[in-house]
Amino acid sequence: MTSELVKLTAAAMADALTAREVSARELTQAHLDRTAAVDGAVHSYLHVDAEGALAAADVVDAARAQGRDLHRLAGVPIAVKDVMATAGLPTTCGSRILEGWVPPYDATLVSRIKAAGMPILGKTNMDEFAMGSSTEHSAYGPSHNPWDLERIPGGSGGGSSSVIASFQAPLAIGTDTGGSIRQPAAVTGTCGTKPTYGGVSRYGLVALASSLDQAGPCARTVLDTALLHEVIAGHDPLDSTSIDAPVPACVTAAQRADVRGMRIGIVRELTGEGFQAGVQQRFDEAVAHLVDAGAEVVEVSCASFTYALAAYYLILPSEASSNLAKFDAMRYGLRVWPEGLEDASAEQVMAATRDAGFGDEVKRRIILGTYALSSGYYDAYYGSAQKARRLIADDFAKAFQSADVLVSPTAPTTAFQLGDKLDDPMAMYLNDIATIPANLAGVPGMSLPSGLAPEDGLPTGFQILAPAMADERLYAVGSALEARLTAAWGGQLLDRAPALPTSEVAR
Amino acid sequence: MPDLTRDDVAHLAMLARIDLSDAELDKMVGELAVILESVATVQQAPIGNVEPMSHPMPLVNVTRPDVVRPSLSPQQALAGAPEVDEQRFSVPRILDED
Repeated sequence: MTSELVKLTAAAMADALTAREVSARELTQAHLDRTAAVDGAVHSYLHVDAEGALAAADVVDAARAQGRDLHRLAGVPIAVKDVMATAGLPTTCGSRILEGWVPPYDATLVSRIKAAGMPILGKTNMDEFAMGSSTEHSAYGPSHNPWDLERIPGGSGGGSSSVIASFQAPLAIGTDTGGSIRQPAAVTGTCGTKPTYGGVSRYGLVALASSLDQAGPCARTVLDTALLHEVIAGHDPLDSTSIDAPVPACVTAAQRADVRGMRIGIVRELTGEGFQAGVQQRFDEAVAHLVDAGAEVVEVSCASFTYALAAYYLILPSEASSNLAKFDAMRYGLRVWPEGLEDASAEQVMAATRDAGFGDEVKRRIILGTYALSSGYYDAYYGSAQKARRLIADDFAKAFQSADVLVSPTAPTTAFQLGDKLDDPMAMYLNDIATIPANLAGVPGMSLPSGLAPEDGLPTGFQILAPAMADERLYAVGSALEARLTAAWGGQLLDRAPALPTSEVAR
Repeated sequence: MPDLTRDDVAHLAMLARIDLSDAELDKMVGELAVILESVATVQQAPIGNVEPMSHPMPLVNVTRPDVVRPSLSPQQALAGAPEVDEQRFSVPRILDED
């Protein structure tokens, strides 16, 4: 029973809880057991909070027994990326500099999860401060792709993608600065949405690049993703960039799954050359499914997307170098005294701490950002990147005049081998080529599985992009495509993932 | 575009308050050169008369009523500090000797 429980969708778990076929405690315990069995091999979690999750489940069970009104997802457990502040639970951002730090407050989205009665199972692994596409830049070791443990689970949110792909949680929170929700979803055969910038509060999200960061939902189905989207979205006075408007009707759109008459725009610059053959093939097949469902296909050109990667890798390091200046060894986090300097100054302690506490990729990006912002180079680098960013936003606006949504493969390849790109930062950056434009323009994007590449049998991802605050269109298109694909496959894509090696559960 | 020298990287590391070792400096000079060459292509975009964009959404100033709200207790605020003295953050000396 337990092993079948964890394979249900979040929506089905919610129904089983409402029908009292299972208790929140049983459901939570089933996921904790699954973690005990498989996370030694997958390493999705940096911290598991069994006690806290079970206590939260008991509160829901007691409330249900008293006949109280509960949120639809009350009792459905969730995993949270370790970049979100959680009161009483360690929050490391995958970095040594925050090892053991326990925030004194909850991020707004964590408060909303708790208010909905969703037990938090633990905190998921990530590239340090969300800088990376593989989790190999985590100071605590990489997570592994459940489809092939020798391969990357994507990044930075590889902990959140692998935790749901290995059935350790039905839902997870990710954050997406350049693709960190969508690319991990693509390479693990799962779903994930980067909402419109400002759609989900950033309060309590440890900032990487403030003008690009956006938290969002990760799940195994489009409907589950929509359900979580609506839990965490909505205006928050604690985030000055939070959008004060009604939350897009994501769940309704996912349930209707109607694309009749919708114009689907294929972005010429995000297909073809540079994309693995099997990734492109599954993309083309998915587009044919949408046509079959009644959508119309148009081709659009976004010429400035060619400059998106370059603009992004100037804007992101610039903002990151400023945001990460707060790790100064004074108020929280690591403090390292320089060797042989008993009477070191604050600046010397700061420099020694930041050298010891930050990993290579973080140092690289801080120094690149410091350079891009420095006097004499500001206009040539940061200034040029900001202008290119405007061109990209303008190209989106133009494309959305002739298309209701834009589509592309999510990532250019399937999951690569751990270690393959670790020594070549530029090769690693190229993974984000199709996901970055959405962050620069602030528009919402989703990735859902489009199949397995014939050449390697690994999952491929289909990306949908919509205009700002039209997040519901992602769910309409995603759900329509998912219905046709799962019918063709005869079940979920994850049903075809190999069984994981399990350790005996000692309980 | 001027090449980034080892001294330049050392200076940037000082500005960023990261005490890089010699080995780290050697490695980073080469890596940054590759990345810079790639990101510099942004200058070839048709950006002549383009207004820079710093943020994806139109920004409006946000205010709130100036009223006392619950906040962290001193104990909570100091809980993660590397060193605490008399309910204060204790820090190394802040002035250089010279």
